[in-house]
Amino acid sequence: MSDPVRVPPGELTVGVLLSRVRVEEKLLLEELERRHIATKVIDDRELVLVLEKKPEFGVDVVLERCIQHSRALYALSVLETWGIKTVNTFEVADVCGNKLLTTMRLIRDGVPSPRTRLAFTPESALAAVEELGYPAVLKPLVGSWGRLLSKVNDRDAAESILEHKDVLGTYIHSIYYVQEYIPKPGRDIRAFVVGDETVGAIYRYSDHWITNTARGGKATKCVVTPELNDLCVRAAKAVGGGVVAIDVLEAPEGLLVNEVNYTMEFRNSIDTTGVNIPGVVVDYALKIAAK
Amino acid sequence: MPATSKCPECDADVAVGADAVKGEIVSCPDCGAELEVTATGPVALALAPEAEEDWGE
Repeated sequence: MSDPVRVPPGELTVGVLLSRVRVEEKLLLEELERRHIATKVIDDRELVLVLEKKPEFGVDVVLERCIQHSRALYALSVLETWGIKTVNTFEVADVCGNKLLTTMRLIRDGVPSPRTRLAFTPESALAAVEELGYPAVLKPLVGSWGRLLSKVNDRDAAESILEHKDVLGTYIHSIYYVQEYIPKPGRDIRAFVVGDETVGAIYRYSDHWITNTARGGKATKCVVTPELNDLCVRAAKAVGGGVVAIDVLEAPEGLLVNEVNYTMEFRNSIDTTGVNIPGVVVDYALKIAAK
Repeated sequence: MPATSKCPECDADVAVGADAVKGEIVSCPDCGAELEVTATGPVALALAPEAEEDWGE
């Protein structure tokens, strides 16, 4: 890993766009303070962006840490259009915030991922489920922390879930993203990519098929092999690069990239990996700021 | 010195660390409600918003 970026105090100012100060944001703010880097917290709840004018935050880079995808996405669009450097970019937020767009980037760049089908009606989605075979997985295009994921074990369940999505969901839930179920060895891999390097990885163990640590999955260290590093860096580049967390499944045929997260959570991964993840993220933001 | 403030849900005393920052989330030790630190001098607490559909990573 490269040496920490040393910035003389007063040279660069980092903006941190957020609304909630979770553990991750606190660690990032502490890291900035420890290095005496001028920091400006931008609260998205107080923000009014005058679109015709360049926002004057007086910062050299904005580190986006919104908890809400929609706010992150639209704020980044405005900042980027006005030439303000951001981590991550609008493109990365747009692609990673939507599972279909992520999958298409992975396919475009030849990054292995589970077989996936897209359908627009409950009837065609059912046909897609039947073609993939049971169990299959239905996922909302937008969402995180394993919310609203459905493992569909048989036709009865498929019909029921598709009807519920059709009747109870907003329009976005009627865009059906159907994926093959990958039998996992009771765990998956969460790898952290910053720039051109996979800086660390954890296994997430769970008895449940959803292994998110936000859902109770337990973390242990995963050694970053050259194969894992290569796969994850390729996945990161496919979505536009920057600071991203890659979810990797250990399928019988090899590693598959499941998802890419652009406002990554890492509270359970610092001690586990032994990597100062907030430090690496701050280094990356400073590099972008200094460009 | 940690400051304390009342939980807006159950009125228990909630201790907030001296390094707390505005926007930080703390839990009420009595009722478990998620609370947001809305001010630090003096400390004020409000019920944190419920997770919405687009929340996450």
